[in-house]
Amino acid sequence: MTEKKPLSLYVHIPFCIKKCLYCDFLSFPLKSQTQNIENYVNQLCREIEYKNSQYSGEEYRVISVFFGGGTPSSIDARYIEKILCKLRGVFSFDKDAEITIEVNPGTVDEDKLTTYYKAGINRLSFGLQSACDEELKTLGRIHNYDTFEKNFALARRVGFTNINVDLMSAIPNQTVASWEWNLNQIIRLNPEHISAYSLIVEEGTPFYDMELKLPSEEDERAMYAMTGDKLLTAGYEQYEISNYGKPGFECKHNIVYWKRGDYLGFGISAASLVGNLRISNVTSMEDYLLGQYEDTETKELLSLQEEMGEAMFLGLRMTEGVSEEAFVKRYGITITDQYPGVIEKYVRQGLLERRKGHIFLTKEGMNLANAVMCEFV
Amino acid sequence: MDQSKIRNFCIIAHIDHGKSTLADRIIEKTGLLTSREMQAQILDNMDLERERGITIKAQSVRTVYKAKNGEEYIFNLIDTPGHVDFNYEVSRSLAACDGAILVVDAAQGIEAQTLANVYLALDHDLDVFPVINKIDLPSAEPQRVIDEIEDIIGIEAQDAPLISAKNGIGIEEVLEAIVEKIPAPKGDAKKPLQALIFDSLYDSYKGVIVFCRIMEGSVKKGTPIKMMATGATADVVEVGYFGAGQFIPCDELSAGMVGYITASIKNVKDTAVGDTVTNAQNPCDKPLPGYKKVQSMVYCGMYPADGAKYPDLRDALEKLQLNDASLHYEPETSIALGFGFRCGFLGLLHLEIIQERLEREYNLDLVTTAPGVIYKVHKTDGEVIDLTNPSNLPDPTEIDYMEEPIVSAEIMVTKEFVGSIMELCQERRGRYIDMEYMEETRALLKYELPLNEIIYDFFDALKSRSKGYASFDYEMKGYEESQLVKLDILINKEEVDALSFIVHKDSAYERGRKMCEKLKDEIPRHLFEIPIQAAVGGKVIARETVKAMRKDVLAKCYGGDITRKKKLLEKQKEGKKRMRQIGNVEIPQKAFMSVLKLDEK
Repeated sequence: MTEKKPLSLYVHIPFCIKKCLYCDFLSFPLKSQTQNIENYVNQLCREIEYKNSQYSGEEYRVISVFFGGGTPSSIDARYIEKILCKLRGVFSFDKDAEITIEVNPGTVDEDKLTTYYKAGINRLSFGLQSACDEELKTLGRIHNYDTFEKNFALARRVGFTNINVDLMSAIPNQTVASWEWNLNQIIRLNPEHISAYSLIVEEGTPFYDMELKLPSEEDERAMYAMTGDKLLTAGYEQYEISNYGKPGFECKHNIVYWKRGDYLGFGISAASLVGNLRISNVTSMEDYLLGQYEDTETKELLSLQEEMGEAMFLGLRMTEGVSEEAFVKRYGITITDQYPGVIEKYVRQGLLERRKGHIFLTKEGMNLANAVMCEFV
Repeated sequence: MDQSKIRNFCIIAHIDHGKSTLADRIIEKTGLLTSREMQAQILDNMDLERERGITIKAQSVRTVYKAKNGEEYIFNLIDTPGHVDFNYEVSRSLAACDGAILVVDAAQGIEAQTLANVYLALDHDLDVFPVINKIDLPSAEPQRVIDEIEDIIGIEAQDAPLISAKNGIGIEEVLEAIVEKIPAPKGDAKKPLQALIFDSLYDSYKGVIVFCRIMEGSVKKGTPIKMMATGATADVVEVGYFGAGQFIPCDELSAGMVGYITASIKNVKDTAVGDTVTNAQNPCDKPLPGYKKVQSMVYCGMYPADGAKYPDLRDALEKLQLNDASLHYEPETSIALGFGFRCGFLGLLHLEIIQERLEREYNLDLVTTAPGVIYKVHKTDGEVIDLTNPSNLPDPTEIDYMEEPIVSAEIMVTKEFVGSIMELCQERRGRYIDMEYMEETRALLKYELPLNEIIYDFFDALKSRSKGYASFDYEMKGYEESQLVKLDILINKEEVDALSFIVHKDSAYERGRKMCEKLKDEIPRHLFEIPIQAAVGGKVIARETVKAMRKDVLAKCYGGDITRKKKLLEKQKEGKKRMRQIGNVEIPQKAFMSVLKLDEK
């Protein structure tokens, strides 16, 4: 028997109690959807079977699962249990598979967390965003910091030993000092992993049409630099543009995206990559509930050229960068031959570094990543 | 053909007063063509013309009209271009006619261009009769316009047909008026051939098709012909006349007729507009008067956005020139833009039309440098240079003095805007000549203006400062000495040749400052700070700075994002591709063009 290939699974739960002002993910207000949740979960289960047979699920072993949203913790924990049960029934799982669920403060209690824990979920990702209530209000979040702290403690008590906290910098009206205070608060709690994003005001979100007093570019970059420094001192290593973890606690699931491993996504708007086939699911709840999962129009077979472009721009997001050996092994050509002169140009400009068989962005390169990345697409 | 049954005429009008629509109606009513065959506007057969609502190349059509007196008449309607840039073409078209219909908008009345065209027609001894169009408009004031025509132009207008070309009202009246008021041609078919070229067209099968009016004599297949000005000779292959949208061959064209000649001529340069065609073996005594070699008034550099498309641009210009003898070009090299061409045009509209045709019909992406005029540089050693490219300006120590072209301009404007238009002319270094009130509410301003002050955006400024009520016409007056300097732009301390231009020394600071401001907005931030400077003779007179880029990164990218983020990066890369590398600064193509519109706020 040949060895099974690693596979990651993503499950999209598109429900939220209330949509945040900056959010550009696909989600629906919970209240309007109570009827649909059950149907949606049933369709998810069907899609799991469909994709398993469609993409030869038996050839794979699952190394990670990620429940994202939306707010996966906003629906009844039974549903999560049911979905996970389905996944386990259909696919074979590695024993130490990383199974993450995103939870929002205020949407979990002891029962819920216990259900997750018993179902085999071994990683929590708290969508905190800010430790400052004023800033939470600005973002349109429904929780306050106190609730989060209680939830966090509860999670520890239930038994979770791998917890991520999402933070957001460059929030309107935020200062460098208030950001520092945010970091200190979270460091004190000592989670295993911290994601710290700089706010992007995306078109189509309420923020886009609002007059916001955003921090200056200088302040924003000062916040970013401070994040890396402070977290490093506190024992967190930066391993991606916005992600920091204690050694051994890097998020396996997300690394699969950046290394272009195989993954299957379930639920509306979820994305899959199987070999060089990229699939996006439909974004319409109606279509999905009628059993139409994949958006056939956007399904694409990537050319080798496109695959390599992705490998470069995704790989460069990580501090370890792109392994030259792995690249040539997978795509059959060296990075230097494929992109003549490009690496050298940016090494000269101090944005890229080439060391020990890896090409990666320098600190300055991280600030200006797009300028480098766009050379490869 | 009985000469007394021929009417050769044209329609003159201000832009948008309905010339082409009336032409369509005349063609429709005179048959030879069913309504179904009619394109929206038959005479303007280039797409671009239809879109812009103007006629670029003179077209012509022959129709048959059965008049109320029972007789059949041949109408040769010669279309004339409608813009000041094409004044010479207009004058040659007029010379091919015996009369003209003057179309005046019943609401707008007489405009500067109407006047210019009427005077041009009267200069050619044409019988002009007016037609009042758009009488169906609620704002129409036909009587006021009739009075205006009589007062200002001094032609009889009381019995002018009141029509609506758009709605087909009053067209019969116009047709009868053509028969009655336009004189039949004269000329003797027995005399040696003497024909006026008023246009030509290149056809890949027939070669050049010469549009002409036979003044004397006759021409048919086999006639050896000679162009008297260019000296080109050929044997006639075919003669014929113009059906609507088609060429209809006939046996012979004789005195009084309008038609076409083909003779396997390869280049429209050989058949210059205004030239006289005669019989090579039996030539006429002297050519028809009025021939002029067409001079380019405005020059600019045209470069392919993608350097590899240089041969494509050359081929496209070559093809356009086959049909447009007034387009001039010669290769040039710019440090900033690479290989391209210095092109000469009749005016800014002509430039824009060529630019658009290159982009649309030939699918080329162009970078155009600031248009300039021809300066005369008098060197200390007595040599005089016609300067069309600012980069070729000799060292200041070698220059004795410089001259620039001046035009006489007439601007017609309603009373309330006289002040602001005078101000505009003053700003553009205009010299006030005269002002007369045409009637109580309207004035005709006469100014002398340097051509280089009006080629940029004068027309736009005029329109915006008069809320669209001013109209404008000009003609070359001559050259005058002027205090001119070359303004250079330095980006990151490097001079960008394609951005240099000649300017009056009093405007240099203002222009330099505006250029720097504009460029600052157009040049994207780089990884380093970029100074933008304007300099005259090595002395910096204005400066702006493009700050260094500090952040250009997408905070997140997960499974569901990858396609979208990839598209963003692709877009960024595309943007980079359209940049020009000057030193280590990338300048977007549109930065070169944006400096043409400095007055835009």
